[in-house]
Amino acid sequence: MLKKIRNIGDCGISCDFGDEVSKKTNREVIKLFNFIMEATRNKKLKGILNSTPSYNKLIINFDLAKVKSKELIEFINSSDYSKTTLLEKNKNVEIPICYDEEFALDIKRLENKTKLSFKEIVDKHLKTNFFVYMIGFVPGHPFMGDLGKELEIDRLETPRVRLPKGSVGVVEKFCNIYSFESPGGWNIIGKTPFDLFDINKKDPSKLLPGDTVKFKSISKKELLTFKNE
Amino acid sequence: MSSYFKILRAGINSTFQDLGRFQLQHLGVAPSGCMDKFLFSISNKLVGNKSSEGALEFAYQGPLLELVGESASVGVSGKIKFNIIKKNGEIINGESNESFLIQNGDKIDILSTIDSAYGYLAVSGGFKLQKVNGSISTLVRARIGSNDGDKLKIGEKILLNNINSSFTPKKIKLDLEKDNIIRVIKGLQFNYFSNNSREDFFSKEYKVTRLTDRMGMRLEGEKLENIVSTNIKSEGIIKGSVQIPGDGQPIILLSDHPTIGGYPKIANIITADYDKLVQKTPGSKIKFKMVDLTIAESAFRQYVRKF
Repeated sequence: MLKKIRNIGDCGISCDFGDEVSKKTNREVIKLFNFIMEATRNKKLKGILNSTPSYNKLIINFDLAKVKSKELIEFINSSDYSKTTLLEKNKNVEIPICYDEEFALDIKRLENKTKLSFKEIVDKHLKTNFFVYMIGFVPGHPFMGDLGKELEIDRLETPRVRLPKGSVGVVEKFCNIYSFESPGGWNIIGKTPFDLFDINKKDPSKLLPGDTVKFKSISKKELLTFKNE
Repeated sequence: MSSYFKILRAGINSTFQDLGRFQLQHLGVAPSGCMDKFLFSISNKLVGNKSSEGALEFAYQGPLLELVGESASVGVSGKIKFNIIKKNGEIINGESNESFLIQNGDKIDILSTIDSAYGYLAVSGGFKLQKVNGSISTLVRARIGSNDGDKLKIGEKILLNNINSSFTPKKIKLDLEKDNIIRVIKGLQFNYFSNNSREDFFSKEYKVTRLTDRMGMRLEGEKLENIVSTNIKSEGIIKGSVQIPGDGQPIILLSDHPTIGGYPKIANIITADYDKLVQKTPGSKIKFKMVDLTIAESAFRQYVRKF
């Protein structure tokens, strides 16, 4: 449930759904997000510049020349968005991943910290039905969960300056995919050839908050010959 | 064949910008857009363009451009030192915030910004640029927008929308704020900081460092002590947020900010003071002043009257 709405500067608000990071909380955030996007499209709501869902908050940025925080807060408080459905908009996506040691840069660290063999780690990773909590950091980059307790591991002490595009990482109960080459501190478990973002497409991001993801293991040869649509 | 500018020198950070690209932050795309909205709008006004037309933004040292083709009316806004080099070699001192006409073979040499960081160059009829999701703004980090998502590069040609409008000289007198007071509203995690640090934040001066670009401005000053946690659950970012990472030194997130972030935010810059802030150069000192939403909204009304 929406716990409180607070101002961010003079052109933003934070809709806070409580401290818990869970699918249940995140689904509430995404419902409100979908509702705001729809109200913007239907022109029921004006002046919304961006609306950014995260684990437990929706942050809305608006154009101060078109709407004030008071009006926006009143609009949200007087709306019933609980019926906004997630199902129509959200999808299940299968993402190919190659766990070859050439790409799984942190095999050793994962084995040492979890006391599991790499095969056991891979099996658990493949079995997980991931939920996309949010997209961000760089375009198309998903934050997904939840990995089982036995796989939980901290960030690298020193983040890597450059990770190849497609690297799949794990930290705590979360899994990410570096959609662009970027710096990063997550433990790299494999690599996907699957393109997550293309600004020239009608839907630039393959994944959206609320989608679910399952990984499918592929060989190095399949990775190298994979063709994106 | 349309006229174009040939880039003889690219400058430090020259990109095409307009008012920004919105409705994509939930996919990880920062809004980008011009850093100084007021000066951006002035550049377009000088040459009779609509206020949202894409312009060339430069920082510190700007580009050296040569016009090839039909004459064009140009406006350079800001506090800018620049020359117009005529085809015959004659050098004329450029006047910022005043439109001028250049001919085939003339060059514009943007030497530097004066006591400021950003300036804008607009051309009558605009540059020939492709909109991506409603905006021509370039977001270099994600390779999105004009010029294949990149800064200007030496040797490139920038095409112009050849508008054969007659030249009307225009001069705009600017009254730019010079003080160092930046007004803020308390941030979402204001209470993460000790009482002493809250006081320091509003009473001490903070120095702008060289680690400053379109993404963020790093400050240096009294260390701010976090008494709760130096990390929060990652949440959406709005430009102008003042975040305090573990080292206790503020970073103000600017137009190309990351879309989500996990550092506590002590304050947010009010919209009316954003342009003043981004023009502060490394070494200059700023002082934060706390205001409430009512004051910020009335300051905004005053701010838009300038346009």
